[in-house]
Amino acid sequence: MNIESKKIVYADNAATTPVLPEVVSAMTPCFETLWGNPSSLHDMGQKAKELLDDARARIAGILGCESRELYFTSCGTESDNWAIKGAALASKGRKRIVTSKIEHPAVLNTCRTLEKQGFEVIYVGVNSNGIVNMDELKAAVNNDTLLVAVMMANNEIGTIQPIKEIAEIAHANGALMFTDAVQAVGSIPVNVKELGVDMLSFSGHKIGAPKGVGALYVKKGVRLANLIDGGGQENGHRGGTENIPYIVGLAKALEISMERLPDNERIIRMRDRLINELLKIPYTNLNGDPTERLPGNVNVSFEFIEGESLLLWLNYNGIAASTGSACSSKSLDPSHVLLATGLPIEKAHGSLRFSLSHSNTDEDVDLILKVVPEVVGNLRKMSPIFPG
Amino acid sequence: MLYSEKVMDHFTHPRNVGEMENADGVGTVGNAKCGDIMQMFIKVENDIIVDVKFKTFGCGAAIATSSMATELVKGKSIDEALTLTNSAVVEALEGLPPVKVHCSVLAEEAIKAAIADYYKKNGIDKEIPESSHCHDCECDHGHGH
Repeated sequence: MNIESKKIVYADNAATTPVLPEVVSAMTPCFETLWGNPSSLHDMGQKAKELLDDARARIAGILGCESRELYFTSCGTESDNWAIKGAALASKGRKRIVTSKIEHPAVLNTCRTLEKQGFEVIYVGVNSNGIVNMDELKAAVNNDTLLVAVMMANNEIGTIQPIKEIAEIAHANGALMFTDAVQAVGSIPVNVKELGVDMLSFSGHKIGAPKGVGALYVKKGVRLANLIDGGGQENGHRGGTENIPYIVGLAKALEISMERLPDNERIIRMRDRLINELLKIPYTNLNGDPTERLPGNVNVSFEFIEGESLLLWLNYNGIAASTGSACSSKSLDPSHVLLATGLPIEKAHGSLRFSLSHSNTDEDVDLILKVVPEVVGNLRKMSPIFPG
Repeated sequence: MLYSEKVMDHFTHPRNVGEMENADGVGTVGNAKCGDIMQMFIKVENDIIVDVKFKTFGCGAAIATSSMATELVKGKSIDEALTLTNSAVVEALEGLPPVKVHCSVLAEEAIKAAIADYYKKNGIDKEIPESSHCHDCECDHGHGH
């Protein structure tokens, strides 16, 4: 397939997004003329510091926190690692971490590392729609719990969790509350004070900034051990010369995302049209919650076929999507998220995710709805387990 | 691209796909939990595989290896078909990513399972050579005749 000549319907925005032209324009001066080190005392350095301070203040304003509560990192994964390991290592005596079974690997694998170091991790289950089981969570959080870590919105099935309620449970037990908001920030309104969280992570490349920049909100007074020690940057809490161009890009991208939030109504209409039409294909089910769902997330399972072959056919037809099938992953295991919702392993293999954004149109949805039923039909025709 | 052009060609234009009525041998390997099932049908005349069909549930590599395996055994004698190895399938496809090599093992097993079924149906008492071992398989496929 020729990427140059063929129009691509990009419906994989939960994986990454293109860098917005306005973001490129905002970053360009940081490469060309304003390339100083913000730690330098001369004018070149101080101009860079002004850019850094300005970006921090703008992002803090959007998230509803103070500038000094916001730390820049290299990515969402670093932010997740720092929040969890930092809380664990700074904990005085408490040994338990409560998280969910559907977290991103950046959270799950960080928790597994801490388990090896003697911390106890409770992985709370979810209901069939992918919402955290609150009774199970309440029972798991006790006075030995140092941290509750539950993602704000799931990257695969798009479910939005009741973070405010979970934060109250954490705090009632004297534990910290962290939420991985990588999929939420920029997609839905996020205010750290309203959520009542102590830490919140997000990433640039999901919202139109480049890959390689993220941030962590840490509430004033919360003590985290450093993950990266260095030369005193980020108020002494995260070493490494600040990536000024990308941080400036992150601020710009977040502002644009906020301006575009009213467009969510249109994205939700496209999402629901996709879901409703795809569910008309026999032996198809929706993964995730019908309403507590990210505006652009569509995740369905087609029985009797395998997700990777579906994806290859979509790609062949100029549609970029994603799957939770084992065959598309390096681990050979199907999606832990789908399995946690109780979806049988056979159905998890046939899952397909579309993640729509501001850049998608009704014509994109038309093409997806033209191609998917045909491809599903063809693959089922050659499937030895399709009952016909 | 994840796959070679040859793999994509066999994936998008699979050869010998479908079922066969009155097949002389049918072999089914793999299982749905592992994410791949291959079913092979063979028609045998005078010890020659004169026709072969397949149906596959699985990833791109599973479909392409099934298709290639059918091409490699069509028109061959049973004994020749039994010498088909997974690496011959991989080579004919101009390579497979390491995690997908197990699909080629499954294709080899499917051909052997179809021949085993042919032997059984015709009361032929011959040994089927053991299939190549799959080092990458975490999933225990097993034969599900």
